[in-house]
Amino acid sequence: MTSKNKWLSTPYIVWSVVFIIVPLGMILYYGLTDTTGAFTLDNITAIASAGHAKALRVSLLLSLVSTLVCFLLAYPLAMILARVQVKRHNFIILIFILPMWMNFLLRTLAWQTLLEKNGVINHVLSFLHLPALKIINTPAAIILGMVYNFLPFMVLPLYNALAKIDINVINAAHDLGANNLYTFVRIILPLSIPGIISGITMVFIPALTTFVISALLGGGKLLLIGDVIEQEFTRTSNWHLGSGLSMVLMIFILINMVLSAVFDKDGEGSML
Amino acid sequence: MKTIAKRIYIALIILFLYAPIGILMVLSFNESKTRAKWGGFTFKWYIELFQNEEILRALFNTLLIALVSSLIATVIGTVACIAMTGMKRRAKSILMGITNIPMLNADIVTGISLMLLYISLGIRFGMGTILLSHITFNIPYVILSVMPRMRQLNVSTYEAALDLGSSPVYAFFKVVFPDLLPGILSGFLMAFTMSLDDFIITHFTKGVGVDTLSTKIYTEIKKGIKPEMYALSTLIFVTVLTLLVLINLSPADKKKAE
Amino acid sequence: MNKELIQLIDISKSFDGQMVLDELNLNIHENEFVTLLGPSGCGKTTTLRILGGFTSPDKGRVVFDGRDITQIPPNKRPLNTVFQKYALFTHMTIAENIAFGLKIKKKSKSYIDDKIRYALKLVNLDGYENRMPDSLSGGQQQRIAIARAIVNEPEVLLLDEPLGALDLKLRQEMQYELIRMKNELGITFVYVTHDQEEALTMSDTIVVMNQGYIQQIGSPESIYNEPENAFVADFIGDSNIIPATMIEDKLVSILGTRFACVDTGFGTNRPVDVVIRPEDVILVEPAEGTIQGVVSHLIFKGVHYEMEVQACGFEWLVHSTTLFPVGKEVGIRVDPFNIQIMNKPESEDEEAVIIDI
Repeated sequence: MTSKNKWLSTPYIVWSVVFIIVPLGMILYYGLTDTTGAFTLDNITAIASAGHAKALRVSLLLSLVSTLVCFLLAYPLAMILARVQVKRHNFIILIFILPMWMNFLLRTLAWQTLLEKNGVINHVLSFLHLPALKIINTPAAIILGMVYNFLPFMVLPLYNALAKIDINVINAAHDLGANNLYTFVRIILPLSIPGIISGITMVFIPALTTFVISALLGGGKLLLIGDVIEQEFTRTSNWHLGSGLSMVLMIFILINMVLSAVFDKDGEGSML
Repeated sequence: MKTIAKRIYIALIILFLYAPIGILMVLSFNESKTRAKWGGFTFKWYIELFQNEEILRALFNTLLIALVSSLIATVIGTVACIAMTGMKRRAKSILMGITNIPMLNADIVTGISLMLLYISLGIRFGMGTILLSHITFNIPYVILSVMPRMRQLNVSTYEAALDLGSSPVYAFFKVVFPDLLPGILSGFLMAFTMSLDDFIITHFTKGVGVDTLSTKIYTEIKKGIKPEMYALSTLIFVTVLTLLVLINLSPADKKKAE
Repeated sequence: MNKELIQLIDISKSFDGQMVLDELNLNIHENEFVTLLGPSGCGKTTTLRILGGFTSPDKGRVVFDGRDITQIPPNKRPLNTVFQKYALFTHMTIAENIAFGLKIKKKSKSYIDDKIRYALKLVNLDGYENRMPDSLSGGQQQRIAIARAIVNEPEVLLLDEPLGALDLKLRQEMQYELIRMKNELGITFVYVTHDQEEALTMSDTIVVMNQGYIQQIGSPESIYNEPENAFVADFIGDSNIIPATMIEDKLVSILGTRFACVDTGFGTNRPVDVVIRPEDVILVEPAEGTIQGVVSHLIFKGVHYEMEVQACGFEWLVHSTTLFPVGKEVGIRVDPFNIQIMNKPESEDEEAVIIDI
């Protein structure tokens, strides 16, 4: 089996080296050199410059808030869904994946229509004589867009983790005298941590690095770190700077990966 | 009381998820081009859709790329899973770690890194590079779908097949493979979904001249989205919805769902 | 008999349209080791869960020490449960698992530490305080589950097939441990199992159930020696169940031959079922037997020989330490005391279970 194994594993090993490892290496290369090819840390320290630092701060703030909102919305939902019968399992997952079949950009764009000054929501609100919603082109709109797009990625791992908890463990807690709140805090929450970590991973990083949502819903007024990096590559063609800034992002990604490895060793918090 | 609260909560969330989709569907029938006003009911955008070559080409590209990249990713990923079960623990962990990278990494970093790769290798940008990129980020989804099933595999059925006289290859295809099939299928579906919807990675690796639906829409944002797009996305949504309803009603899959 | 501690009154329960319990009535006494015994699906686990409060009955009441506790949630009932698959809290240490109930009752730290030590000693797992549940074997996890439950000093301990996942030797050891614990702690045990040997070994009282109905309640000896219907006779131990006719009190006709017996009150010339345990069938020389037959099968079982004897058209199951080879002609005698008369089954649940091979 071993020699056959080598033959079987080669395609993937080759592929992952060429298309995953090497490209990352290239970012490192470009990030650490300038246009002449000389070694420099300037591309990385550029993150400290006024514009870039602000973009990073804003991105961090928005993505943290979005992740938190996603979590607060998704956890109760996942708890409710986890106690539904097993037969409906596939159906539930499909309900949450289905919106993803509508194009990501169009979905986000549709929120523009909903949130606009003369948009659908304000039409309904004025009909009910309620004050108008003024969140388009503000950070709040961006957060809404992020939450909307990434909510399924938080719900599914949470749902998987919660559904795995044996009902008798919860029964045992009740049996020993715990009320619902105590059981939740001491038993359910700790046992769902792999799902929580997975959910946070799948939401925080995309939220941190997106550049489309801010353009569509923030009116282009707010520059996120993702916008900055994208512009360095497509408009100013300063790949070195772009790569350097990307390396800063990768630090956050690395921290995330380490946290995942520590809290979710067995990969229990998967989406599937 | 508690049950009603739960039901309301779920309903609100589903409303939240599907509201924009509803808007898009309504807009696809809107006579007036502007999103803010309702100009009357019309089918004309649907008709114009089928005459708009650019959009249809983008649609074709999107579907083709999704299909081909998912297929190839499924094959590579499944083979990789089989290979990994025979690996030593260390090598397996390292390879699984590498597999997780595209999933845990930001799309923008993946896109940029691949772009840099293609440039330095001198590969011309186009359908080919998009395909390569999609396969790359699809493989992890396949692996993550198939691996759990590999762990759950009942080794004894494979050994039973060998005991009854079959060769390892025959045993694999007749016994092991059918067991893996649900994982392979769901991996394929996830890959297909991810590929269809991808924007960021395609954006960086497509070059000029080729567009997928996502990138086409992006270019149109400044000019104003053509209503044909709304018609198209409505059609896609309805198609998928119909497929899902059919699948869920089919008795064979009802058994599978149990 | 001790005082009645728990009463289940007219308990009915259905799942998915299927009636699982139908107006069940049961009294459990203080300090009793009661076993609910029966095949899968007979309703024993449901009964236990209703006692524990994890399921509500559709109809009926649960009365504990005079109080109606039917509506009271599990966390407020003075009962503790040992679950079939242990249900240990895998993210907590053994000590934290055991301390769980005590912390809720806001006991002091020194009290809790003492109790943990005592509980671990009781289950023979001293020093395991800081281990994690996953690092323990099945048998050890089971004992921790027991420790976690008893440390709360419940008046009643409910056990749901706790020994099912253990191998034979360990199971037998644990059975003696449980009896020892019961005597040391002086609490009431309500035990659920499908293993009749387990029930016979440990119980003060056995409640035999089938298809949601109680078939018989009694001590292990009375259940074994005097089964009241075919189901009980067949479920507990091996038996010969033979259709017969009750001629009059203390006289029964089995397979055409009259046998003296000791039961009365079964009427005159009525069809009945007769139960004779294999170990009560005595094989003798053909001339000395009440009926005659031929040995058809012989298996060595270690403890005894198991033989089948064809006699009068019935295949008799015989356990004996004396060997009779296949083909030998033998006579059969039965002590009148060992002939148990039963009424014919009045409903499906009273019938012996037929296994298709």
